[in-house]
Amino acid sequence: MTGRATTARVAAPVVFGIAVLVLWQVVVTAAGVPAFLLPAPSAIATQIGAQFPVLLATAGITGGNALVGLVAGFLAGVVLAVLAAGSRLVQELVTPVVLAASAVPIVALAPVFTTMFGSTTEIPRRLVVTVVVIVPVFVSTLRGLRQVQPVHAELMASLAATPWQQARFVRLPGAVPYVMTGLRLAAPAAVVAAIVAEYFGGLQNGLGSRISSAAANTAYARAWAFVAASIALGLLFFLAGLLVERLVTRTRTSR
Amino acid sequence: MRSRARTVLTTAAAFVLLVAAWELAKLVLPAAGVTVGGVRLLPRTDDAAMPHVWTVLAKLGAPEVAGAADPRSIGVAVASGALFTLGLALGGLVLGGIGGVLLALLMQRFALAERAVLPYVIASQTVPLIAIAPLVAGWGGKIAIAGWAWQPWASVMVIASYLAFFPISVGMLRGLSSPPKADVELFHSMASGWWTTLLRLRLPASVPHLVPAVRLAAAAAVVGAIVAEISTGTRGGIGRLIIEYAQSATGDPSQMYAAILGAAVLGLVAAGAVGLLDLGLRRYRGTVS
Amino acid sequence: MTAVSLSGVDKSFGEVRALDGIELTLGDGEFVSLIGPSGCGKSTLLRVVADLEQPTAGTVEVAGKSAHRARLDQEYGIAFQQSGLLEWRTVAENVELPLQVHGMARAERRARAAELLELVGLADFAGSRPSQLSGGMQQRVAIARALAPSPRLLLMDEPFGALDEMTRERMQAELLRIAGESGAAVLFVTHSIPEAVVLSDRVVVMSPRPGRITEIVDGRRPRPGEATDLAPDDVEDVRESGAFFSAITAVREALRKGDAV
Repeated sequence: MTGRATTARVAAPVVFGIAVLVLWQVVVTAAGVPAFLLPAPSAIATQIGAQFPVLLATAGITGGNALVGLVAGFLAGVVLAVLAAGSRLVQELVTPVVLAASAVPIVALAPVFTTMFGSTTEIPRRLVVTVVVIVPVFVSTLRGLRQVQPVHAELMASLAATPWQQARFVRLPGAVPYVMTGLRLAAPAAVVAAIVAEYFGGLQNGLGSRISSAAANTAYARAWAFVAASIALGLLFFLAGLLVERLVTRTRTSR
Repeated sequence: MRSRARTVLTTAAAFVLLVAAWELAKLVLPAAGVTVGGVRLLPRTDDAAMPHVWTVLAKLGAPEVAGAADPRSIGVAVASGALFTLGLALGGLVLGGIGGVLLALLMQRFALAERAVLPYVIASQTVPLIAIAPLVAGWGGKIAIAGWAWQPWASVMVIASYLAFFPISVGMLRGLSSPPKADVELFHSMASGWWTTLLRLRLPASVPHLVPAVRLAAAAAVVGAIVAEISTGTRGGIGRLIIEYAQSATGDPSQMYAAILGAAVLGLVAAGAVGLLDLGLRRYRGTVS
Repeated sequence: MTAVSLSGVDKSFGEVRALDGIELTLGDGEFVSLIGPSGCGKSTLLRVVADLEQPTAGTVEVAGKSAHRARLDQEYGIAFQQSGLLEWRTVAENVELPLQVHGMARAERRARAAELLELVGLADFAGSRPSQLSGGMQQRVAIARALAPSPRLLLMDEPFGALDEMTRERMQAELLRIAGESGAAVLFVTHSIPEAVVLSDRVVVMSPRPGRITEIVDGRRPRPGEATDLAPDDVEDVRESGAFFSAITAVREALRKGDAV
């Protein structure tokens, strides 16, 4: 890629982003758009500055819940997928449940976990995140474990390898990129789940509850500041997931 | 056919086992749960926290408000709530889908538009867009478009469509750009214009990419609609029902479980609808390379 | 001693008769090619020898043992059209794979892999990843891997099929040298007539439906140090010799005859 092409690639979205922000500011102030519809970027930026310590603290709590749930759900998803790949019966029992889970609104389970574990702990929200994360990790890992290239299977057969050797030398290492894809997909979803779970009650100390309480108090610019923090947290998790994926699979050919 | 029978059987067995695990947990674990150092490790398993499955199912037939003049059963309430939410989610899916397809066409037609907008569209899939739900809630009763006062349910549909919009635009763009260069050059060599190429090559080729995108978008629209109902306080939908039942003073949790069951069925119905769409478009399903 | 001995081998897939009454013997160190149109069963025959397919009838012996026993004892090495290298292992680790599967100590297999990479001319790439190598180099790694357990027999299923013509000719010369140095017998499936002729002692021509051997033509494999006017010991000279072209004509006619049946 030439230097000019790179510049164009970076410049286009940057220019577009700045243009949108400027247009937003001008339209909101010139046309007098009411704050409940859309506050001006400058007002949101002022709130971000004013609320910065609170933003960090609440983002820390929501991010912590998302991280705990992400790790737990990732481990559970991988273990379930390994069990399902090892036994046809397990696979036939687990797959329909996971597929159903991918279609139903899992966040609606938040009140269930709140009644089961009580509304004074972080556990209900973390459990919601865990269940949300299990789905993509399980699906992706199982796909990886089942996709052994025919030539590799033939090779291991010609080497008279045992099933355990086949798993150790080919199946498990071959599934690693798929496991990492599952993690990358799950990381931002964990943040979304952690925020949305707060809308369903339970402890009110994270980003989600701050957004709804600010909106309820008609402090719209402040609510948007917390939305901005949510977006930053989501991007952080996405980039972290991407980084882990790149690090783990860096020695491989691109698929 | 035998394998299909087996699938039906194991699927049924899986859900029976799930119910059995629930009942077993109630039977074996202590009713007050297990708390170590102030942290509850195992859930409360008494009837107030984990009602019997049959209690929940029986609840569907019980009247919603005891002794009310209009004895509507909880089952009917949940079903009508789920239908209401399904309508909003599907409406949002259609709106968001149209917007997403239009944006994808724009990006496909103009490379500059793709360069400028695509990074945001992709980033938007990784950030919690749903966080804005409480903000759109503020529109209710405050604005009017051409004399039509903004209704709370319209906020719900806007949020659902917003969530459906992004996956569809990404999937559609990927689909539109999926024909191999040789195919595009073949059309070029036949001197066909952009429209002909779009109609005869790019649109049919986009189907295998579009269907999974619609599946994602449908699930997002359902979640979006439920969450939006909660944050906007829209009455009549399943999301609001869950919260109402959860907070109801009667302290009967089986009512809330019945509503959550309704939400799960709603998600499955939406996924089933996408499955039908997939079946209808089957002849365009090639292999995605 | 014989490397491979097939007698009365039949193989059916349901109604389809892939192999019918195959009789074939490979001597130690002999290079034999299988050639024929698609569907003639040449790959199936190779897979029967490798014990990756079971014959419906007949006996298959490799190095004087049953094919199954020979597979367990690593009497043969195999290379496919795709190199089938494990992308998460280095080049040397890929060569070590067969030795690792059979429990050889680490230091010993390191040494053996270094020796083999020297043989295929890739000693400098021991620590590289397969993805950093060209297609021809990957195929040479696959050959080194097949040779790792010092097998008496090398089975090759169109190993150069995916390479361009120039690389292919270089690889043929390399293979001749490697086969000569290792002393292994080679059973080689190909659909290229010149390739079969230049590499082989004998070219086995097969016809489809059912898969049968129609004719066995003498190849023009150069024998280093045994050069005569008829059989030069340099591959390039072979490719330009009249005997090479007459052998090609003989194989082509045999193929046509099989087609007419």
